[in-house]
Amino acid sequence: MLKWIDERLGAAHWARKGLKKVFPDHWSFLLGEIALFSFIILLLTGTYLTLFYRPDAAPVIYDGPYQPLHGREMSAAYESVLRLSYEVRAGLVMRQIHHWAALVFVASIVAHMVRVFFTGAFRKPREINWMVGVTLLVLAIGMGFTGYSLPDDLLSGTGLRIAYSAVISIPFVGPYLGFLVFGGEFPTEGIISRLFVLHVMLLPAIIIGLIVAHLAVLWRQKHTQFAGKGRAESNVVGKAFWPQQFFKSFGLMLLTGAALALLGGLVQINAVWSYGPFDASAVSAPSQPDWYVGWLEGAIRLFPAFEPTILGVTIPSMLIPAVVIPGIGFTVMALWPFIEQRVTKDRDAHHILDRPRDRPARSAIGMGGILYVTLLTIAGGNDVLALTFNVPIEAMVWFLRIGLFVIPVIGGFITYRLCTEMQESGAQPARRRRGVRLRRNAEGGFEEVSRD
Amino acid sequence: MKSVRWIFASFFVSMVGSLGLVVYYLIGESAQVEGILLGLALGGMGFGVVGWATRLMDVPTVVEEREPLESSDAAMSQMEGMVGQDAVTRRKMLLRLAGGASATLGAALAIPALSLGPRPGQSLEETKWTPGARIVDRLGNPQRPGDIPLNGIKTVFPSGFEGEADSQTVVIKIEPELLDLPEGREDWAPDGCVAFSKICTHAGCPVGLYRAEARQLLCPCHQSTFDVTTGCTPVFGPAARPLPQLPMEVDEVGFLVAMGDFPEPVGPSFWNMETE
Repeated sequence: MLKWIDERLGAAHWARKGLKKVFPDHWSFLLGEIALFSFIILLLTGTYLTLFYRPDAAPVIYDGPYQPLHGREMSAAYESVLRLSYEVRAGLVMRQIHHWAALVFVASIVAHMVRVFFTGAFRKPREINWMVGVTLLVLAIGMGFTGYSLPDDLLSGTGLRIAYSAVISIPFVGPYLGFLVFGGEFPTEGIISRLFVLHVMLLPAIIIGLIVAHLAVLWRQKHTQFAGKGRAESNVVGKAFWPQQFFKSFGLMLLTGAALALLGGLVQINAVWSYGPFDASAVSAPSQPDWYVGWLEGAIRLFPAFEPTILGVTIPSMLIPAVVIPGIGFTVMALWPFIEQRVTKDRDAHHILDRPRDRPARSAIGMGGILYVTLLTIAGGNDVLALTFNVPIEAMVWFLRIGLFVIPVIGGFITYRLCTEMQESGAQPARRRRGVRLRRNAEGGFEEVSRD
Repeated sequence: MKSVRWIFASFFVSMVGSLGLVVYYLIGESAQVEGILLGLALGGMGFGVVGWATRLMDVPTVVEEREPLESSDAAMSQMEGMVGQDAVTRRKMLLRLAGGASATLGAALAIPALSLGPRPGQSLEETKWTPGARIVDRLGNPQRPGDIPLNGIKTVFPSGFEGEADSQTVVIKIEPELLDLPEGREDWAPDGCVAFSKICTHAGCPVGLYRAEARQLLCPCHQSTFDVTTGCTPVFGPAARPLPQLPMEVDEVGFLVAMGDFPEPVGPSFWNMETE
């Protein structure tokens, strides 16, 4: 069999080279793999869902087994999601695994990105892969948004409406662009089928292409590694891809799938039947997006009522929090390797990773960014939090508005100090403390016994 | 041997989970059981494979040398010579024409995108409210001032456009002496009934929550709050414009009717919005 292939492709040489590829061993290198495996699970479960979902806004009267919605008018899309959830065997578990996998997909991308950022793995020669990664993050968020809008329930309709408001606020072309994207003034019948095409065809195709590019560049450039015995800028120390690393990664894929299967089976998510079908004149309270859009929702909530008219043009209040701030944020993120190169004047190639403490300024900025996004995400649920902790929503909003400028700075400062102190003390807080074995010697004192 | 027995057991658990799922699919329909069985099927095999890799594969650590990524100067200049050979670069005029043709081709290929939607025209500035339009509820019942309870709120539409998203309006009745409407709107509040666009001027959500004791309308999406007594001026949250008020009167048979469309655009502010 192998021979048959080799006679036609001459594959033995490069296949062996591939199997011998060296993988340095560190748990944090697996975060990106979890993202990849979540994506594979998304493709598998998503394909199954596509076979039952109808991207159709035409009104139908529900007569299925879910009694509370009996006789209600709803879109064929929403009805098909109810049918998929209640009448298709294994449909609900597939749908819930799909939704959970989407949350984990974005989460693992973010975790992977945080790892790459704090260890400086984006430095030359890996700027391209960093930018591909940022693009993948944006696309993953886009996948999530288009995906949870498809059921055409009341909650997702609210999300679409807010997106529409953001689009029509764009300078000069806003209303035209909004009408082109949505096919007219919101709410439109055509938007569901457009989102469907984006969600099941265009975006996945682009994501698959970029993942392939991401992995190809990684393969070509070889892995980074932490400093250690025998490790240098000029080598890679680790285990060969085959068999151990392959087995580990394959096992991780299965375990990712197992975790998602348990979540999808046991933890209810996006119970669209309880939200009801989309209705332009109703909204559920509280309404929150999926976690990875929470920061945007928070920015929209916290931005003050500011709508100045300059030279006869009113600047819509959505423009800055929903378009300008995300635009600047992702641009700075994508260009970070070049910004850092310019500031530090370090234009050399690096294959040995930084320890976060050795780059206190970068670590402080990273921590500030994480806190900023976290606070915005908290703001995205401020109504729920105000209710839960019984504080007035007004106090909550003002605390967050001010905190957004103060807390990241304090957090960054503390991080900087922690880094410099850890550099000096050489503390290893993340490393498990090992006991030492002592032996009482003939003189009555103690001496250490070496472990091995 | 004892320490690796669990690896064998893991594969066994996986098989039990998979077979269980097959059987359960045929007889049951609980998503919980399906999730657990699938979790066992995948997790058992996952633990087994990882255990195999970490406990039973004693493979050596290897060192791979990292060759420099950049090509040699000679290879680089050969490549540049290949790309920039005379046959290509000498034809300056042709190069420019080819560039121009590509740009026009791009425009030609992009233009069909305009079919995706109509031009906005006046549609963002207008709703279906017209002078004399009857104010009806979702089911089409016309409303008298007496049909709205004091401190009550009702979602209404122009007659014939029940449920129309752009025209959705709320009617609220409050004590007339509490009203402090802007100038020129004194007669827009028959019997203390005031009508405002239900679409939030911030991000377009339906402003559905009425705090009767504070006489405030609250948007559930982003907590913009509007003071009804002063003409729904924003008092808190991100909305910057008041909710447009619908001029409303009582016709000769006692029903609420609109005197015309909203004086300002409803819904979220947009680029190039006409404002006074």
